[in-house]
Amino acid sequence: MSEKVHIETNINGSQVEFLCEPRQSLLEVLRDVLDMTGTKEGCNDGNCGACTVIVDDRIIDSCLMLAVESQGKKITTIEGVAYTDRLHPLQQAFLENAALQCGICTPGFIVAAKSLLDREPDADEGRIRQWLAGNLCRCTGYDKIVRAVLAAKETMKNE
Amino acid sequence: MNNMEASKFEKLRFVGSRPIRHDGLEKVTGQARYGADISFPQMLYGKILRSPYAHARIKSIDFSRALALEGVQAVVTSSDFPKPWLTDETGIDSKLINIKFSSNNVLAGEKVLYKGHAVAGVAASNAYIAEKALDLIDVSYEILPPILDVMQAIKVNAGIIHEGMFPYPESGLIASEFNSSLISNSTLDMSNHHQGDDSKYSNIAGYYIQEIGDIDKGFMDADVVVEREYNTGSVHQGYIEPHSATAIWNRDGKVTIWCSSQGHFGMRDQTAEVVGIPASDIKVIPMEIGGGFGGKTTVYLEPVVAMLSKKTGRPVKITMTRQEVFEGTGPTLGSYMKVKIGATKDGMITAAQALLAYEAGAFPGSPVNMGAQCIFAPYDIPNGKVEGFDILVNKPKVAAYRAPGAPAAAFAGETVIDELSCKLNIDPLLFRLKNSAKEGTRRISGPVFPRIGFLETVEASRIHPHYLSDFGGPNRGRGVAAGFWFNGSGPSSVIVNANADGTVSLIEGSPDIGGTRVAVAMHVAEVLGIPIADVHPSIGDTDSIGFTSMTGGSSVAFKTGWAAYQAAQDLKAQMIERASDIWDVEAGEVNLKDGKFNHSTNQDLQMDFKELAGMLNATGGPIVGRAAINPGGAGAAISVHIVDVEVDPETGKLTILRYTVVQDVGKAIHPDYVEGQMQGGAVQGIGWALNEEYIFDKEGVIKNPTFLDYRMPTSLDLPMIDTHIVEVNNPGHPYGVRGVGEVPIVPPMAAIANAINSAVGIRMNTLPMSPPVLLEALWANNGAGKVYGD
Repeated sequence: MSEKVHIETNINGSQVEFLCEPRQSLLEVLRDVLDMTGTKEGCNDGNCGACTVIVDDRIIDSCLMLAVESQGKKITTIEGVAYTDRLHPLQQAFLENAALQCGICTPGFIVAAKSLLDREPDADEGRIRQWLAGNLCRCTGYDKIVRAVLAAKETMKNE
Repeated sequence: MNNMEASKFEKLRFVGSRPIRHDGLEKVTGQARYGADISFPQMLYGKILRSPYAHARIKSIDFSRALALEGVQAVVTSSDFPKPWLTDETGIDSKLINIKFSSNNVLAGEKVLYKGHAVAGVAASNAYIAEKALDLIDVSYEILPPILDVMQAIKVNAGIIHEGMFPYPESGLIASEFNSSLISNSTLDMSNHHQGDDSKYSNIAGYYIQEIGDIDKGFMDADVVVEREYNTGSVHQGYIEPHSATAIWNRDGKVTIWCSSQGHFGMRDQTAEVVGIPASDIKVIPMEIGGGFGGKTTVYLEPVVAMLSKKTGRPVKITMTRQEVFEGTGPTLGSYMKVKIGATKDGMITAAQALLAYEAGAFPGSPVNMGAQCIFAPYDIPNGKVEGFDILVNKPKVAAYRAPGAPAAAFAGETVIDELSCKLNIDPLLFRLKNSAKEGTRRISGPVFPRIGFLETVEASRIHPHYLSDFGGPNRGRGVAAGFWFNGSGPSSVIVNANADGTVSLIEGSPDIGGTRVAVAMHVAEVLGIPIADVHPSIGDTDSIGFTSMTGGSSVAFKTGWAAYQAAQDLKAQMIERASDIWDVEAGEVNLKDGKFNHSTNQDLQMDFKELAGMLNATGGPIVGRAAINPGGAGAAISVHIVDVEVDPETGKLTILRYTVVQDVGKAIHPDYVEGQMQGGAVQGIGWALNEEYIFDKEGVIKNPTFLDYRMPTSLDLPMIDTHIVEVNNPGHPYGVRGVGEVPIVPPMAAIANAINSAVGIRMNTLPMSPPVLLEALWANNGAGKVYGD
């Protein structure tokens, strides 16, 4: 077994330290080392988006990033999206628009959509569909997901 | 809609509203725990060794080198499972044979039967070591020629997948006769093929036939006859959550399994059969399920983790990779089909005939009988004949997939219907209306329809703004297709407890894949008149709730909704009894209305549900309502889809411009999640129509076992999916529910094929109709680059 590496990073606003093997992906460390299972594994090869997290303001598939690369980075996962006292408008909009069925893809969609609306508060339907094309949902046909993101956009504008 | 039926439900307070689902918060915050989200101290990680060959005899397995690797704790193979079928000398006990098939699919027996077939399981201290150990298991194979499609499987001397098991059925076929004779004389006497050992057995595991009327006369009466032949490939359910199972086999012989499935009782019972212990020794705790669509109804990992835990005394967990999901779990069938329909000049069907040859995969059990029952079900067919063949091939054993068997059949049947209506110059929806099945119509398969909503669904489609709109433009077209599905029922158990604070906890046995917790809870709220948010639903494990059949067959809102309705009625009756005791009046004089108990004449006697709930413990004890039922009367589902497409004649790429799903759901308990099922089913069908397929090489190796190359629809590929809910109430359910989940995947492939014909004048007869396939068809037709239409 290879030697473990000591990593310091910031996850959801907290300084976090962990030991990991150089071969371990960020997804593995989040789930198996840090017990943050909100980030899901659907394919482990960067094609489904269930493991989407935000690293220094960019969305990435955490299965495609080595955990050692997170040294000194700022990471947001689904566990860090809600506010202390209430849900994030995207989370609320997903509930109100029935934008989830089984829910396994939902954390990835919410994280990806948050990243979009943080950058582009006026994103329209076409832009939302383009941005979310890296996230697969097999249940909904995307209709209600896109509507939820459009609804959250309006809420966020008024905040 | 029938006015009497409408009035029966117009006073419902909660049914038909759109509350936020109870389990939603956990799912939007990442707290919900799915199959792979559980772990235990001392837990071992497992991996599965899978066959590199599609067909081979296992000569030996030597795992001594794997066991010697540091960190490896145990290896299991099929020799660790009991083999009760060996005790049946007659070889005809179908239950034991089914256990053999189930066991041998979990871990291969004498032969591996598809690429990716599980051969051995390893448990180690981490997944990396377990994976490394797989390389140290030496399996000696005698490679056999793979049998990869229907035509190859039925050739004489093709090789037999299950040796000595399936004699040629009396009406079996061989390939040379298959093509030429299918429709005109598809049922052949096979007695002349029963010569010698090679031809005694076949890869035809099942044969079904249904007939009505006089098929020959029916075709003679027709003015126009259309006959077409079809091929479709294997596709996968494509749930985003890979299979995962964790087990602890305690030293007292009791086993606990955590897994995500469509039915934990089914997982329990199947695991018990494979590992050979009583089902009552196994407790299955359901995790949240990340999609199933039929594919999470059979055991794959559960018996393996159980045996690995038995050997090691420690918890063992195995989670599949995406490649393992594609290669090792059930896709749906590939098929060869032929359909022939005749009609008179004025558009009345006189005869309809179909032959469906469905791939079962490596073990018997394709849903061809269901496809055969569905293909012409929307229509009143005076003379009909449908034959189905269940054919073994060296591919993963097919599993259920949303309306199993119906979508491929509808692709064939509904494109022939469309061609007939084009030839007769009759609007395709009007043609369907003229031939619509209705209450009292006898199906080819025998049953007579009770109240169904096909007429209403077609009528709603004809006046839908989408159908009335202009789709014009070069290379654009519109297609419609109808679909039928039975909808299902099954045993279901529900318990409701009145809590002291006036809330009600609801325990059910149906895993919630798409919002059924809330739909089931709404039945309870409606009966008791308390807010939906005050009903707290949860899914009990196999020791905590009575037997409940799978979440499948579009059955949960019907059967578990009904069980919840009945359990709430039980709770209500007991609480009325209690109120009458407290008031010292007759129970018959107490009512519960809008969440309030009151006396029929004495207006001073009133109590909120909450008030009485708070008094229960002190006035005789808690009250539990219960229901354990197996209701009949599931109502058939009918769906009509309308799609506008644009074909790029230079690339063969097809764009969905507009899509509408019109469906009779009986009654939409929670319309948001009903619409969601309609949209999701349509989009799975769009994927099946346009992109999705297993690509096998000639050795039977799947070349595209990733989401990159097995291309499912993304948000960018689609428009919004319009829905129109038709409610022809099912008289067999307290609130009129029929079921919703499955039928929306039935029409899309045919609707899109019909739209392609409308756009560019080409009748497609294969799936998927992907850009290269469509481009080839365009070239064959008229050359590339031609602009069609105006």
